[in-house]
Amino acid sequence: MRILDPHIHMTSRTTDDYEALYAAGVRAVVEPAFWLGQPRTSVGSFTDYFDSLLGWERFRAAQFGVRHHATIALNPKEANDPRCREVLAEIPRYLLKDGVVAVGEVGYDSMTPEEDEVFAAQLGMAEEAGLPVLVHTPHRDKLAGTRRTLDVVRESGLAPERVLVDHLNETNVALVRDAGAWAGFSIYPDTKMDEHRMVALLQEYGTERMIVNSAADWGRSDPLKTVRTGEAMLAAGFSEDDVDQVLWRNPVAFYEQSGNLVLDPVPGFSAGEPPTPGVEFEGSSVLRGARA
Amino acid sequence: MNTVTTGIPAGTPGAVWLDEALAGVARDPDSVTRAFAFAARRVGRAPLRPDTDPGGVVHGTVDDAARAALVVALADAVGVGMGMGTCVGADADKDCADRLVLLYRQGDGAERRGVLRGFDALTERGDLGPVGEPTALVTAGLELAADALRANDPSLVAAAVGPFGARHLDQHTWRHAILKLVFQGVSLTAASDLDRRADDELGRMARDFAAERRAAGRSVPADLDRLTNTRLTNDQPTNDRLSSTKE
Ligand SMILES: [Zn+2]
Repeated sequence: MRILDPHIHMTSRTTDDYEALYAAGVRAVVEPAFWLGQPRTSVGSFTDYFDSLLGWERFRAAQFGVRHHATIALNPKEANDPRCREVLAEIPRYLLKDGVVAVGEVGYDSMTPEEDEVFAAQLGMAEEAGLPVLVHTPHRDKLAGTRRTLDVVRESGLAPERVLVDHLNETNVALVRDAGAWAGFSIYPDTKMDEHRMVALLQEYGTERMIVNSAADWGRSDPLKTVRTGEAMLAAGFSEDDVDQVLWRNPVAFYEQSGNLVLDPVPGFSAGEPPTPGVEFEGSSVLRGARA
Repeated sequence: MNTVTTGIPAGTPGAVWLDEALAGVARDPDSVTRAFAFAARRVGRAPLRPDTDPGGVVHGTVDDAARAALVVALADAVGVGMGMGTCVGADADKDCADRLVLLYRQGDGAERRGVLRGFDALTERGDLGPVGEPTALVTAGLELAADALRANDPSLVAAAVGPFGARHLDQHTWRHAILKLVFQGVSLTAASDLDRRADDELGRMARDFAAERRAAGRSVPADLDRLTNTRLTNDQPTNDRLSSTKE
């Protein structure tokens, strides 16, 4: 199984997770900028976070053979704080950077006027930068939130195939598919969506424009849920090719619209092979646990 | 003249892009920001010396070299080196320094390496003036090198001990940078002018480090030999520093 996890917050995860991801076939990840659990109070904490996504986290992932990419945005929750909204002025320069494959996560949290404004502004930035958009759907009032999301996307003039609407479930998947956008599903240990319900959705809607992620973060989550979904698909009679489409080709096709995905093996790692035990790669300090 | 050798074969799309980007910077120095961000996507990320340095950590990558060339083009565009020692020269230095600090601060890891390697290229071209009379550019380079040397990414540390670091870092900072390379498992061939700058104190630090590694039952990097006055082996007694420390 080769896997691109299109939505995973690796800054919140350990090196054990990177090892497990690589061993399970995850060769590339996309880390969307999001809320950190603790509210930010200034632009500086955003830019330090964005910089760490493009610097330290990319380096850390590469030590384990994983290609790390990011999506950059002001998230909907913090769009409601005027101290945070100032970061909007900084976002366009981040959208030019290597490895930034979309604007995201944008969308709604509580569906306030401030969220409307910030969402629309960032859709414009995506258009300007030629990037696709990763949209988060709200946890509360999800169906209405999804409808409003799709309306705003339509009004923005952005082509629907450049939009991935995430955290979907049985109630709103049809809306998103009918709009022509990509449908994303976050497979969690006990909420949102699990791998068996996911398989049922794939049986009902097919494997086109369907994308599965672990959305693993600092909450209760499992970075291997993409793999588990692939296994559940195989057990339910889907082919290896179907699994490859959902776990690799679909997320690659979506993010490749950025022209900014890097998928060749990290130097020192061979495609499809585990790293050779005992072989140290030049400068692999994280791998060896050194803190210089 | 742009003196940076990028290793990009002439006539390839990467070389064509770089030529256009360099000409663009000559016309409009502000265009360097976008060129810096897109360099790796246009010229690739291959190591400059794949045989000995497959990760491009020690000697850098093609995009590092392309960015260094952009730094040289930027320096030329704002007039660095044209009026050395004059007011016009000092203004150009300050302008270039401010631009390079911003490129570094707003850059990702690879862009930061590119700025550091750009300082190397300016050093080798003789644009930075004599040691001991720090210009605005040298002061900026030292500030950025200090930042890079705090990083845990070995490619940044390696990029800070090239010709610029060898010429301008103070001895204490330089020694710690060299020891950090050893600590991170990066070949000391990353360091320019190692034999000229290595001193007894660095030898002592290296021997102490070797002793610590042996005490932990770990191997001693072969490179450490280059730093110690005596030949080091893994079975040397651990109190060797007591008999050979000079400072
Ligand atoms: Zn998320």
